[in-house]
Amino acid sequence: MKVLYKRPYALNDIQTHYCSGCGHGIIHRLVAEVIDELQIREKTIAIAPVGCAVLAYDYWNFDTTEAAHGRPLAVATAIKRVQPDKIVFTYQGDGDLAAIGTNETIHAACRGENLTVVFVNNGVYGMTGGQMAPTTVLSQKTTTTLSGRERSIHGYPLPLLEMLKVLEGVFYLERRSLFSPSEVKKSKQALLTAFQNQIENKGFSMVEILSPCPTYSKMKPVENLKWIEKEVIKTYPLGRVK
Amino acid sequence: MNTRLLFSGNDAFGEAAIISGCQFYAGYPITPQNELTQYMSRRMLEEGRIFIQSESELASINMVFGASLSGVRAMTSSSSPGISLMQEGISYLAGCELPAVVVNVMRGGPGLGNIDPSQADYFQSTRGGGHGDYRTPVLAPESVPEIFKLTPVAFELADKYRTPVILLGDGMLGQMMEPVDRDLLNIKNKVYPKPWALTGCLKRKPQSIKSLYLATGALEELNLRLQERYRRIEEQEVRFQSQISSKDSLLIVAYGTMARIAKGVIKALKSENINVGLFRPVTLWPFPSKELKNSASGIKNILVLEMSSPQMHEDVRLALPSGFKIDFLGRMGGIIPSEDEIIEKIKKMLKSLRRVK
Ligand SMILES: Cc1ncc(C[n+]2csc(CCOP(=O)(O)OP(=O)(O)O)c2C)c(N)n1
Repeated sequence: MKVLYKRPYALNDIQTHYCSGCGHGIIHRLVAEVIDELQIREKTIAIAPVGCAVLAYDYWNFDTTEAAHGRPLAVATAIKRVQPDKIVFTYQGDGDLAAIGTNETIHAACRGENLTVVFVNNGVYGMTGGQMAPTTVLSQKTTTTLSGRERSIHGYPLPLLEMLKVLEGVFYLERRSLFSPSEVKKSKQALLTAFQNQIENKGFSMVEILSPCPTYSKMKPVENLKWIEKEVIKTYPLGRVK
Repeated sequence: MNTRLLFSGNDAFGEAAIISGCQFYAGYPITPQNELTQYMSRRMLEEGRIFIQSESELASINMVFGASLSGVRAMTSSSSPGISLMQEGISYLAGCELPAVVVNVMRGGPGLGNIDPSQADYFQSTRGGGHGDYRTPVLAPESVPEIFKLTPVAFELADKYRTPVILLGDGMLGQMMEPVDRDLLNIKNKVYPKPWALTGCLKRKPQSIKSLYLATGALEELNLRLQERYRRIEEQEVRFQSQISSKDSLLIVAYGTMARIAKGVIKALKSENINVGLFRPVTLWPFPSKELKNSASGIKNILVLEMSSPQMHEDVRLALPSGFKIDFLGRMGGIIPSEDEIIEKIKKMLKSLRRVK
């Protein structure tokens, strides 16, 4: 019998702690598949964020650490500078990467650190109970924007990739999603490119993935995906940004 | 042949770190320690090591975190406001059991304060500083040559106990230039194996470095392990200098620059036939409590000198049983107590003692 689909070697065989319909599990798996395909597991060091994905290290079968909230790219910068022969990547939520850690993000990008960044944009702060994230789209309801995000009170959503685009140090930026099997495939392709870039010493690469959080969007998983496809991509258009 | 070199305190911290095998330095400018960052920007590159001028002290300390978990010796430096920003990172280093050296060239506070020498960060340095149950060893050099002696010790302690270590100086020490015997630059580094470092899982199981322990009781296990380590540090790593004779009628307790000034005071008083001793804690944590108690036992009259409000004063009171008369003189806001005002204070103390008798 031919095996068509199996667990990637870089992914541990453990029970998930993520809510049903959460995108983190899919993205963890995509990262693991890419690491297997590129055969870099034994030289990879991952930096988990503070957020729902803080336990990423339980799922991955390679070296991992956990940075303070928002600081993965400062930590990653030093690991890669000290060990340039290793593959170093951060995995971060939108609060971690684009609110508390915006400074570290911008400066690592601007320095052109040869790093790979997996940016999971689920539009909310999952871990702390669904509050507004910098990426929350206008009129989206969260536990701190009860009647929807309103620009006069809460300001505008933050288009991080478009901001990073202007930086000389940035090599590759792509925004993808998970709302259909073909989108999942495209996300994987983008991740593959972002890791390949690091292997080829091309420089700072970031993939943003619009990811569902059914628990705090107060939607069923499928509904949540449809909403991303119909609404969220109006604020965050998919595709190659740089 | 001339065997002495002239160094400022700030440059000395840098050169001593390089000799101690520091492979990674990240820093963000702040007065009065800018020369240290500048020194490292040049010397680290000359040595083929890594220097990063970071975007903030938050980034500096987290870069040190990344370098340390890679298994190399790493250092950052700053002055008081910047050290406040680093406290979260220092707490994470403690929680992840990672070695690191942090130099604080203290200035006046609170807030932006000023850029003059101060010892106002004593509590912050000796009580942990950031959140959670942890301590950091604190070494306080009094001179430029002593920076060359204590910096290697800081790196050793960090590796040996897997803990961040603070080198605590002040603006005076950082800015002052002194000759240093070339011999002091011949440092033999003990190398500590770091099997816990994250270097990729080639030929071994994957490893993780983290400070999150969610399972009931798991965090307390870490806490207990750290506490046990802190007790060992308290037992084995106390350092101090005592300059005491049986004729002394008073004992000064002071550290760093303040101890240096106290030495001048003691010399001046000697010429007037007034004998005063000095007890100088070199490790501020662990505080040399037992040693102070022993040294002070024949004297009973204590004067604590600080370039701050009474902070170390609390540790002195904790170290000494009732029956000691413990007085305090300190100046704040970057003002250094002068020899004259200390001498006046001591004379007053001795006079009132005679009256009591
Ligand atoms: C200094 C600090 N501030 C706040 C928190 C609390 N906190 C933990 S996770 C988080 C936000 C997580 O949101 P995001 O990064 O979007 O990731 P998600 O959980 O949605 O995957 C916050 C605010 C913290 N741990 N540390």
